[in-house]
Amino acid sequence: MISFVFRRKIINALMLSLAGLCALLILSVLFFILGYIVIHGLSGFRFDFFTQLPRPVGESGGGMAHAIVGTLKLLGLAALIGIPLGLTGGLYLSEYGQKNLIGFLVRYASDLLNSIPSIVIGIFAYILIVLPMGHFSALSGGIALACILIPITIRNTEEVLKLVPSSIREAALALGVPEWKMICFVVIPTAGRGIITGILLGLARVAGETAPLLFTAFGNMYWNQNILDPVASLPVMIYTYAISPYEEWHQLAWTAALALLLLILGINLMSRLLLRWQIRN
Amino acid sequence: MNKSKLFTIKNRQIDWLFRKVVLLAALSILGLALLIAWELFLHSKLPIEKFGWSFLWKTTWDPVGEIFGALPFLYGTLVTSLLALLIAVPVGLGMSVFLSELAPPWIASPVSFMVELLAAIPSVIYGLIGIFVLVPAMRESGEPFLKQILGFLPFFQGPAYGVGMLTAGILLAIMILPFIVSVSREILLSVPNAQREAILSLGATRWEMIWIAVLPYARSGILGSVFLALARALGETMAVTMVIGNRPDIKLSLFEPAYTMAAIIANEFSEATSEFYSQALIEIGFMLFGVTILIHALARLLIYRVTAKTEGRI
Repeated sequence: MISFVFRRKIINALMLSLAGLCALLILSVLFFILGYIVIHGLSGFRFDFFTQLPRPVGESGGGMAHAIVGTLKLLGLAALIGIPLGLTGGLYLSEYGQKNLIGFLVRYASDLLNSIPSIVIGIFAYILIVLPMGHFSALSGGIALACILIPITIRNTEEVLKLVPSSIREAALALGVPEWKMICFVVIPTAGRGIITGILLGLARVAGETAPLLFTAFGNMYWNQNILDPVASLPVMIYTYAISPYEEWHQLAWTAALALLLLILGINLMSRLLLRWQIRN
Repeated sequence: MNKSKLFTIKNRQIDWLFRKVVLLAALSILGLALLIAWELFLHSKLPIEKFGWSFLWKTTWDPVGEIFGALPFLYGTLVTSLLALLIAVPVGLGMSVFLSELAPPWIASPVSFMVELLAAIPSVIYGLIGIFVLVPAMRESGEPFLKQILGFLPFFQGPAYGVGMLTAGILLAIMILPFIVSVSREILLSVPNAQREAILSLGATRWEMIWIAVLPYARSGILGSVFLALARALGETMAVTMVIGNRPDIKLSLFEPAYTMAAIIANEFSEATSEFYSQALIEIGFMLFGVTILIHALARLLIYRVTAKTEGRI
């Protein structure tokens, strides 16, 4: 009898500590990855990295200024196309499409777009833009990223707008405010910070995408202004430098990884702080 | 017509326009999803017509002779993804049990945040860690060690290259862990407390409560989170491309280099010289698209069943 109880207690303690161990394991993996990137990236984290172009193999120094600007450019393009579409789509889902067939279909389609592998999105942008134009371009990369940004923005916007209490909507309508003014000047400002948080999180996710850029934005080694030309980006530079055989390039890849990580985690943290600030007010 | 009436009419028109514009934006998302499917199909027509279903089980990949079979890539994708699930599901489940049942809130909420950070790290950075940390570690200690204790199994034989299916599976496991943890934690939190209290009042230990009352209740939702993670793993490109070894072989040993569907697209698409060649790659992308849709739909259905059940009962 005692041994039976004892055995149950032992199993209990064993399994619970195993669960705790799993948590510890995952956290240590996270800290290992972050720590490793910071340690290896920091040694190349110089002023040059942000202001210089890459040097030829064999010459030390050089940076990835063009890739940093390229990433920002691609993000800007994606935002320009993706945010308006995603916002209005989310608006439709929460204001008009809560229970009808179109709402269901759009919701399903955006979930589906969200789960498509990003490399398939890259193929799509290639077929749509690169094939007819005949060459790689920043525009096609921006469109590929926008295709990933749109579904994220839609669902985030819908979730946030649904949190706005209907009493606020009804109060506005009771005052004789037309529907579009009610939505634009009452509902959206109420959910404002939540919407911005959702958009920022989407941008953070898109900023690290590599696969859809491989055959759309492609990459180059110099400055360019035209959005119809290929453009370099941090993730693609990390990839090409990491699989190259040169030691100096590996170092640059680590530094670029650190820069990308800082960009992404920075956007991530900023959006969370914004949300927390709203809840407190 | 007086002024206020004019105002009403104008506003009604704007309302009408506003509705239409918003509807149009929503419909364009639907259009986008359909357009992607259609364009992929249209641009993989040549190999579909030439090979038909045999594309799925032929093993030759010969761009020069224009003979294409996707079986090695299907095999590599399947093995690495299943391997990743095999590692990630127990560990992820353990962590979500810890977060939802054991940890006090002041631990659980920052830890959940850190798990989200793990999900925010881009895939190419995982690949970087894979190439420079995981691959050498596997080559020098991981694979020789496995060969020593499990070498009698056909899965752990052959030379230790470092790159290969096992390494890719481990890396994938780390990448899908956050999805399993965050979804199944939500599921576990949605299990009603009456379920827990009932079995605790019968004298069960904490673990018996989890094992008998909580996990079975959440079973199909957890399965849903596993499928969601599987969909991620199947389409994961960069990290796998960097550590899989890129060799279109079908070998039983997990130490062997292989290839995945996403990896071959990433590697060869921008170098595809003939139209037929690039269409064969697009067909692989089309297959990837189809498989993810299927798995995703299954996952949604399973998760929906658990959350709907919770609202219905006590």
